[in-house]
Amino acid sequence: MINEAPTGTVVALRQRRPPVNVLTLIGIALVGLLIVWLAINLEKTPYQFFSAFLIGITNGSVYGLVALGYTLVYGILELINFAHGDVFMLGGMIAITVVTSVFSLNGGDPAYVVWPALVATLVISMVGCGLINATVERIAYRPLRGAPRLVPLITAIASSFILQNVALAWKGPNFVTLNSGTSGGADFLPQSNVFSVGGIRYTWPSLIVLLITAPVLFALLWLVQRTRQGKAMRATAQDREAAAMMGIDVDRTISFTFLLAGGLAGAAGLIYAVYFTSVRFDQGFQLGLIAFTAAVLGGIGNLPGAVVGALLIGMIQSFNNTLTWHAPGSDWTQSIVFAILILILVFRPEGLLGERTPEGG
Amino acid sequence: MPVRGHGRFGAAWWEALGRVGLTETRWDGWPVTVRRAVIAAAVGLLLLVVLAPLFGFDASAFIAYAVFFALYVPSWERWLGKPGQWVIPLAFLGLTITYPYYGSKLFTIPILGAFPDVHTAVVMLIFVMMAVGLNVVVGYAGLLDLGYVAFYAIGAYSCAALASQQFAGQNANGSPKRTIDFGAIGVDKSLGGIHISVWLLLVLAGVLTSLIGMLIGLPTLRLRGDYLAIVTLGFGEILPQIARNGDNLFNSGFNLTNGPQGITPVDSIGFGSWIHRNVGLPDNYLIASNGDRLFFWTAIVLVLFTIFCSLRLRDSRLGRAWIAIREDETAAAAMGIPLMRTKTLAYAIGAFFGGVAGAYFAEFTTSANPDSFSFNFSVFVLVMVILGGIGNVWGVLFGAAFLAYLDQAGLADTGAWINLHLHVKIDVPKYEFGIYGLILLVVMLFRPHGLIPEARRKLEFEQGVADEPLYDITSA
Repeated sequence: MINEAPTGTVVALRQRRPPVNVLTLIGIALVGLLIVWLAINLEKTPYQFFSAFLIGITNGSVYGLVALGYTLVYGILELINFAHGDVFMLGGMIAITVVTSVFSLNGGDPAYVVWPALVATLVISMVGCGLINATVERIAYRPLRGAPRLVPLITAIASSFILQNVALAWKGPNFVTLNSGTSGGADFLPQSNVFSVGGIRYTWPSLIVLLITAPVLFALLWLVQRTRQGKAMRATAQDREAAAMMGIDVDRTISFTFLLAGGLAGAAGLIYAVYFTSVRFDQGFQLGLIAFTAAVLGGIGNLPGAVVGALLIGMIQSFNNTLTWHAPGSDWTQSIVFAILILILVFRPEGLLGERTPEGG
Repeated sequence: MPVRGHGRFGAAWWEALGRVGLTETRWDGWPVTVRRAVIAAAVGLLLLVVLAPLFGFDASAFIAYAVFFALYVPSWERWLGKPGQWVIPLAFLGLTITYPYYGSKLFTIPILGAFPDVHTAVVMLIFVMMAVGLNVVVGYAGLLDLGYVAFYAIGAYSCAALASQQFAGQNANGSPKRTIDFGAIGVDKSLGGIHISVWLLLVLAGVLTSLIGMLIGLPTLRLRGDYLAIVTLGFGEILPQIARNGDNLFNSGFNLTNGPQGITPVDSIGFGSWIHRNVGLPDNYLIASNGDRLFFWTAIVLVLFTIFCSLRLRDSRLGRAWIAIREDETAAAAMGIPLMRTKTLAYAIGAFFGGVAGAYFAEFTTSANPDSFSFNFSVFVLVMVILGGIGNVWGVLFGAAFLAYLDQAGLADTGAWINLHLHVKIDVPKYEFGIYGLILLVVMLFRPHGLIPEARRKLEFEQGVADEPLYDITSA
């Protein structure tokens, strides 16, 4: 760093707009094509379009909770926590186990039983997943703080496989399921429509997903932006050494971040379990990759970005699955998500809301 | 006296030996041959005292031990000069080539079960080839590739599509629309399709794969470290999906990959009847009575080629550039190494071997099937590289052979042994990837340079590398 105060010319040079290059043009063209495709579909089949939109928001909010976990951990350690998706999957299994064998909820239960039980399950699966995630950090990442950057990445993959096999040993290779109701979601959730316009239905289970996601999100934002612990997290994320010099216990802060990320994954696990009613040991990794894509799309390390990215990914996915005019269809969902990931990393590595990262160059 | 660094275990070990009068100084004073003889004798004694009563005596075990002793103890380089360094590799090669003749007569390895049969050995060699290829990318250039399976799939499919009835098409009367024949063996001409000589296809598949590797690499290699890893993972997920859905690309009815069934059968490998009659090389591997052996020997040739290229590349200007990039990208760029070109070449060369291995595997199983190309596969090959010792060809070779053996037979045998002797019922192969996860974790935590580390790589782990980002946002 140069210590002199920047002169006028230097400031002017720094603020000069980057030249428009070919990559930018191709990127804009791709986004334009996407918008045209959406507009034509909206014009041809408006009802399907809006149904897909609502499904996308519901799916997107589940992705959002998982994506926040990726973004929190990446922000503080610059590590892709591959095990995060599997923590989420374990959260779903914990939730289903608690709901069925502790509270034994079923379709006949009245609301004053269902809601307290759901909140209790939420707390249990959040705490459980938080502890699992913090344990993974303690065993697989903390001893490797000084190692080359690829080493913790490899142990992250290792942890992911180990957690998958823990779930496999616990629940076996088949789906762990809840009884599902007539309009989606577990049968103990209210099954009526919130509203129904034309062919578009918005059901209570979908709304409940939002009702759980939104408070968790606001609590997280409050925690990171307003509390002392949040300040310590942000400081550690910016500069670990400087934070340590300011008296912040870096190891504890990192542990807390993993606890928090795990808690979010636990919440997402519960929502996934009661909305989609089945979880299998290998589903976490795939969903985790989608959520990671969402985090990258929004700008990794950026909390609102992760949510925006997740909603976008959720919508793109459901548009692709439901729309009829030139949509590749559900066979290609995974490819499309990864293609988006690759395109973002090539065209705009800093994501939609993120700042320019070292990786972007 | 050189001061050696000890781990916690090393120090305790020397302290225990010091009690019985063998200090480190005295040990270092002995000639190397004596030291090796002592080690080998100690290992032999241990095996004899501990394992033999448990698992029984077997003549072949003693022969194997004698061969090991004869190879390991003498200091070949001191006796024979420069050529001496080739004694052990050549002996090892000789033992490998003749393996089909004595493999079935060998003793049973404790817990792991019998030595692999020739069919398993071919699979092991194919994995060795892939692991040595991936080692170029991960070990030499330090680029983490989590989608190596993509290259393997491209190799397998390009070989299978161009040596089968895949593109035969059909006329209105049911006869095949096109028949292209170029040196293929044992093909029924009336069935149609493209049939190119398999030997040519091995090369062609490799070249095609490395071209695609370059295409993938060019836009993504400017990303660093973990971002590159995730992009390669993305490609590794996309390509199998293309293979699975490729029977009707873009709803045009064009069948590229034959969808979930995969392409089968693939043409046979062989030299044809003319060479068979005049030179004596085998006519057709699939018809021959010793087909597995022929596949085995051919695989050895391919592996030798891979290892040769890998070693020569490591010592070349390009290889030194890779290592420089791995250790410190900024310094390498400052020294004038073109980062993009060097990384792309690493990627392309790694892809080439992955492609050839894929093509050969398609030949061996006479099919290319989308279900075998999963993320797990990429991680499996990565574990081979890491377990053996990132960057060290010999380490990777043993890591790959061992893990492929575990995958094919050893794990099931181990599971059976555990269940029999501990009176439990655990389906060990079911937890295969959990076990690999544990191996990865333990190796990374306690021995990050692998079982047989490369000296330089070991130093990097001990002293750290400057893999800080090339571009610093704070100064931009």
